[in-house]
Amino acid sequence: MAEIVKKKDEAPEKAAKLVNPDSVSVDPATIIMLKKAQRDGIETIFDRAETMKPCNIGAEGICCKNCAQGPCRLPLTKKIKDGLEPDKRMGLCGATPETIAARNFARMVASGAAAHSDHGRGIAQVFLAAARKETGDYQIKDTRKLLQIAPDFGVATTVMDGDVEKQRSIDEIAVEVGQKALAEWGKQNGEIVYAKRAPKPRYDLWKKLDVIPRGIDREIVEIMHRTHMGVDQDYENITKQCTRAALADGWAGSMIATDLSDVMFGTPYPLHGEINLGVLKQDHVNMIVHGHDPLLSEMIVVAAQSKDMLDYAKGKGAKGIVLAGMCCTANEILVRHGMPIAGNYLQQELAIITGAVDAMVVDVQCVMENLANVAMCYHTKLITTDPRAKIISGETVHIEFDEHHAFEDAKKIVMTAIDNFTNRRADVLIPKQKEQMVVGFSYEAINYHLGGTFRGSYTPLNDNIINGRIRGIGGVVGCNNARTMHDSAHLIVVKELLKNDVIVLTTGCNAMACGKAGLLTPDAAQVYCGPGLAEVCETVGIPPVLHMGSCVDNSRILMAATEVVKAGGLGKDISDLPAAGCAPEWMSEKAISIGQYFVASGVYTLFGVMLPVTGAPKFQKHLFEDMEGIYGGKWDLVEDPYEMAAKMIAHIDLKRKALGIDKARDRVLMDMADRRAMEA
Amino acid sequence: MSRLVAFAAIQGGYNIVSKAEGTLKRAIEEYGPDKKLEFPNTAYYLPIIYSILGIPVKTLGDATGVMEITRKLLPAHIKGKNHLPYLGPLLDAGMAALFAEEIVEAVRYITNPDFYYVSEECDPENGKIWLGAAEDTVFRKRGVEFVDGTAPGFAAIVGAAPTPEIAKNIAEEYQKRNLYVFMCANQNGTTFTEQLIQAGVQVGWNTRLVPFSPEINGAVFALGFANRAAMAFGGIKPGDYKNILLYNKDRVFAFVNAFGDVNAEWAVNAAGCVNWGFPTIADTDIPEILPTGVCTYEHVVGNVAHEDIVNRSIEIRGLKVTVATIDIPLAYGAAFEGERVRKDDLYLELGGGKTQAVEWVTMKGMNEVEDGKVELFGPDVADVKPGSRLPLAIVVEVAGRNFQEDFEPILERQIHHLINYAQGIMHIGQRDISWVRVSKQAVEKGFSLKHIGTILHGKLHQDFGSVFDKVQVKLYTEKDKVDELTATARKIYQTRDQRVETMTDEAVETYYSCTLCQSFAPTHVCMVSPERTGLCGAYNWMDCRASYQINPTGPNQPVEKGECLNPVLGNWKGVNDFVYKASRQKVSSYNFYSLMQEPMSTCGCCECIAAVLPTCNGVMTVNRDYTGETPSGMKFTTLAGVMGGGASSPGFVGHSKYNIIQGKYILGDGGLLRMVWMPKILKEELKEKLIKRGEALGYPNLIDMIADETVGITEEAIMPFLQEKGHPALSMPPITG
Repeated sequence: MAEIVKKKDEAPEKAAKLVNPDSVSVDPATIIMLKKAQRDGIETIFDRAETMKPCNIGAEGICCKNCAQGPCRLPLTKKIKDGLEPDKRMGLCGATPETIAARNFARMVASGAAAHSDHGRGIAQVFLAAARKETGDYQIKDTRKLLQIAPDFGVATTVMDGDVEKQRSIDEIAVEVGQKALAEWGKQNGEIVYAKRAPKPRYDLWKKLDVIPRGIDREIVEIMHRTHMGVDQDYENITKQCTRAALADGWAGSMIATDLSDVMFGTPYPLHGEINLGVLKQDHVNMIVHGHDPLLSEMIVVAAQSKDMLDYAKGKGAKGIVLAGMCCTANEILVRHGMPIAGNYLQQELAIITGAVDAMVVDVQCVMENLANVAMCYHTKLITTDPRAKIISGETVHIEFDEHHAFEDAKKIVMTAIDNFTNRRADVLIPKQKEQMVVGFSYEAINYHLGGTFRGSYTPLNDNIINGRIRGIGGVVGCNNARTMHDSAHLIVVKELLKNDVIVLTTGCNAMACGKAGLLTPDAAQVYCGPGLAEVCETVGIPPVLHMGSCVDNSRILMAATEVVKAGGLGKDISDLPAAGCAPEWMSEKAISIGQYFVASGVYTLFGVMLPVTGAPKFQKHLFEDMEGIYGGKWDLVEDPYEMAAKMIAHIDLKRKALGIDKARDRVLMDMADRRAMEA
Repeated sequence: MSRLVAFAAIQGGYNIVSKAEGTLKRAIEEYGPDKKLEFPNTAYYLPIIYSILGIPVKTLGDATGVMEITRKLLPAHIKGKNHLPYLGPLLDAGMAALFAEEIVEAVRYITNPDFYYVSEECDPENGKIWLGAAEDTVFRKRGVEFVDGTAPGFAAIVGAAPTPEIAKNIAEEYQKRNLYVFMCANQNGTTFTEQLIQAGVQVGWNTRLVPFSPEINGAVFALGFANRAAMAFGGIKPGDYKNILLYNKDRVFAFVNAFGDVNAEWAVNAAGCVNWGFPTIADTDIPEILPTGVCTYEHVVGNVAHEDIVNRSIEIRGLKVTVATIDIPLAYGAAFEGERVRKDDLYLELGGGKTQAVEWVTMKGMNEVEDGKVELFGPDVADVKPGSRLPLAIVVEVAGRNFQEDFEPILERQIHHLINYAQGIMHIGQRDISWVRVSKQAVEKGFSLKHIGTILHGKLHQDFGSVFDKVQVKLYTEKDKVDELTATARKIYQTRDQRVETMTDEAVETYYSCTLCQSFAPTHVCMVSPERTGLCGAYNWMDCRASYQINPTGPNQPVEKGECLNPVLGNWKGVNDFVYKASRQKVSSYNFYSLMQEPMSTCGCCECIAAVLPTCNGVMTVNRDYTGETPSGMKFTTLAGVMGGGASSPGFVGHSKYNIIQGKYILGDGGLLRMVWMPKILKEELKEKLIKRGEALGYPNLIDMIADETVGITEEAIMPFLQEKGHPALSMPPITG
């Protein structure tokens, strides 16, 4: 990169903006499209990343703009860093770098938690509307999951009819679950109900530390208050509030979003999928749904598959309709319906650049404003749908999506796409690249596939971790980041883990990077895994990387970890597990919230790229070291993906040693006395 | 490659389910949906379906519903490339196949009733080899051996060995390790069972070599047996499939041996067995599944040599078995206990009516016994012609600092099975009605009567070594000496019996617990007092006391009975405290002498079950061997189903046969005078003692007042009989309190 930057400096002004496509992505489809973009004269995020450097002070987390007396910038000098000068930095009000970095960090947590949780609120509202039959377009579909989660909310699933215990009506259960779930946002006191889902020692620890969220909204608001000028000026105390808000995200907002989405749209079970820009078809109407919320995309799936829409498309000369996803919307409809994925975050502009996308429909989060500029250069209609997320640039169309007439709205959107099919221009280029995937590993699906209907449990996973075939569990998640080579770090970390027999759980844009690289196929086990992991994958018939869903679905990883603890043999708490998590290419504030809730749940969590805390050494130490003493999990920043994987593996080995499973064990042969001694 | 196994097995599942659907459809067309569908004499319906799904299939029509569930359970076929995960679907396909096969086998009892021989023993001479589903009587009798550890597990053998000789060797190796061998399926028409018969091996439940079926479907009989154990002894409710299967994984040490080519249908059966935690070990080069998890260790292991397969299988299942090493020229193990020496095979007969035989264990001084010394006075096997008879006296002289006279009968009772364990030697009876048969095969192998001494010396040391130091055996085959010893022994027997019969609960401060069955019924704890012998009939108070001295940390522990809380019902504080702890907090108190109030719990292996008969104001009891209906409205096996697994169920109590004539028998409810019904065979068996007890209670003809099945099998039917006889129960206070 440095070399390219240098060349750029020397190059004449006109050519300066052009990035070398081969140097910014490992994905061939992306490289092909970047070349087309350059031919077409379109500027993308990749180009801007070349020309615009990040702010150094912001990157270290030490710029305070929380009042009009600043912004106060407190750069960390080399002398302070090397201890040659005392650290006397402070803002006008006296705020230390620690206070400033912690405030900034906290506001990232707040924003991330808000994004996930507001998404969750939307789901809960529609869920309740569906339960009350106020909308005919959404239904309570997965009653098994409803019955599974109802007890967590204290909702009875049976009623007494005289002396006979009977199944309570599903509608009644659903309404009560919906009400109780929705109440989680506005609660002022008490505890979020899902806190009790965590392993008992984890719950007890949270309780002892007084970090169990009281209500989802409250914790986020409190961050905003505490980080206002002149409020909380103790970075450890601010971090504690970060934990509350983050736990309210992972164990409430996100988890409720996941669960209620499952009840409405079905719990994911393994199915086939395809990924990359090659899923688009020249002779079909191509629609891309991009963003995060399944409410819209689910309905568009139904509309796009309806006969009248297909007929309408045929009437316009198309052979059919391709509905593909991008970002986590893609993950949502992939893991439930096997709908194809066009690509991950950094490919959103490139999809339009194919010239084959008749409409890109967006809702919330990770939608780049530049889409509007790119769309203007092609025939693509960019359609915003959410009242919270409008784009003023370009010729963006806004078709507001209302759950009360969701299907009609969805049809309107699909028709807009179909109508636009005839506007296609000649310069269409769809890359051939697409890869097969097997996806949809909810924690319920993992449970089933490890033993079937009758013996499903996490025991076989634990067993093979204990016997060393599987060294540990790696959660690799998170975004793409234009400051690093697209998908590169994702794939390096994952492949290093696999090579060392670490099974990988994935969500979000990492899942898509893995998908494009063929890691989500069962055959990948033989190619990339160490012998132990390969053998287990072969036995169960799974890919070595398990796609668990969208970024909201990181809650599934929390539940999977909890299930592993409950299956026994690997300690009593999530922090005992031989496991680690990372986000090698993170960029969104949601990732910070996710990171904080994983750390507070006991997971060693490594971030790549950068973390805006490095300008405040004591705060950084608090996150990177002290938190382990408090929560058993901690933050880390590692830019080199090889080193990141190595540190995860080293951590896994430490946990294995602590569990006493670092050495081979003898087979236990049981006689009758041994059997008598067994627990009932 | 697991994928290949999954692919083939799921195909096999489709075949089996489709065939079963056809079979069921044809049966319904022919017999109608209301036709009874059942296995012979069982309270567990079709036991796999009943235990896993909780559905009692009683008619062909009921099976239709199960077939629908079965069809839905079949997963999609496995794609060659980029397939979906298959382990869970594979296990589901296995379960589906087993449901289907169980229905097909039940239908066979309707359409081809002679296909299976409903018996405990085979009759190869008349071509009656295949035993099919075990009746509950057989299941309970054999199940007890699993529970008490006499049989550590079973090998389900599928197919046929390359030669009868190999089959025989493998079967004998399992027998030596006390395992049951359940056999089914054929390899191109050859079956393992027929190979054994050809090699001169006796098959049947008695020798633990059980021929279920010549077809693969017979696998369901093995698994149905296992699941009945989970329900009957584990107390797990039908439909609680997860615990039924985990119980099997953890407690029933079974596995599959596949001999010969494994086809798709075998594969899906093997997959089905994995649900139970039962792995498959094959002699062919099949794809292996080594990672652990659903089974305790490996799931499928292939290419195992015949000479290794027994030990490998046991190791893969995670089972520890000890092979008795007794220095005699015959194979030795519990599995040979039930083997017969038939007339044609007979070389020498000792006792059994035609000549006198007696056995006697007696205590001696330390300097009178030379450990391991075996003397034979009189002719040995080699001195007589085939078909001869001799009298026999077996005198076992024991010495040691810890030895007590009370242990004599305990050791003496071992003689029966210890001699029987030798292959080719049969022992019947005990004391002065002992009877030994020596087969020609045993003699050919070099058996001498002195080997009886070798066996007794070796095994008594192994099993009871901690209560004595030295043992020597004297064998007599001369008539005079045998008669003289018989006379001496008879006097001793009489003294002993009196001592045992006159022992009372009041006379001792210590009772003994028995948690032997906790391997199968983890919350059940028996308590044995002098007047409440173990409900399985195998352990009295003295046995338990000896057992404790032999193994101070074993399943029999001394329990200070402590404060007596209720002398009539038989309730003690010390006992309750112990029971609460030993039952893992499941039972906090029980009474020794009552079936109406907090009766003692049972693991399910009781000899008899007493039940209240409210209309008759009395009780009935039924023994395990009686398969008919009883006035309680339930057969023995149904009764046992109601109360097995360690539950205390008022109105019912398990007890031993001997307990009926003990002084404290249900004393809290009025005692033996409450007894209004017993099966005829039980009355016959206890006749003498019942008369004596009746006399003691002031009703010398009590035995004649007790109704049996010839009088009736309902309360209403026996009531007039009781009234006519003036049964004392009718004038007692209401039993229901």
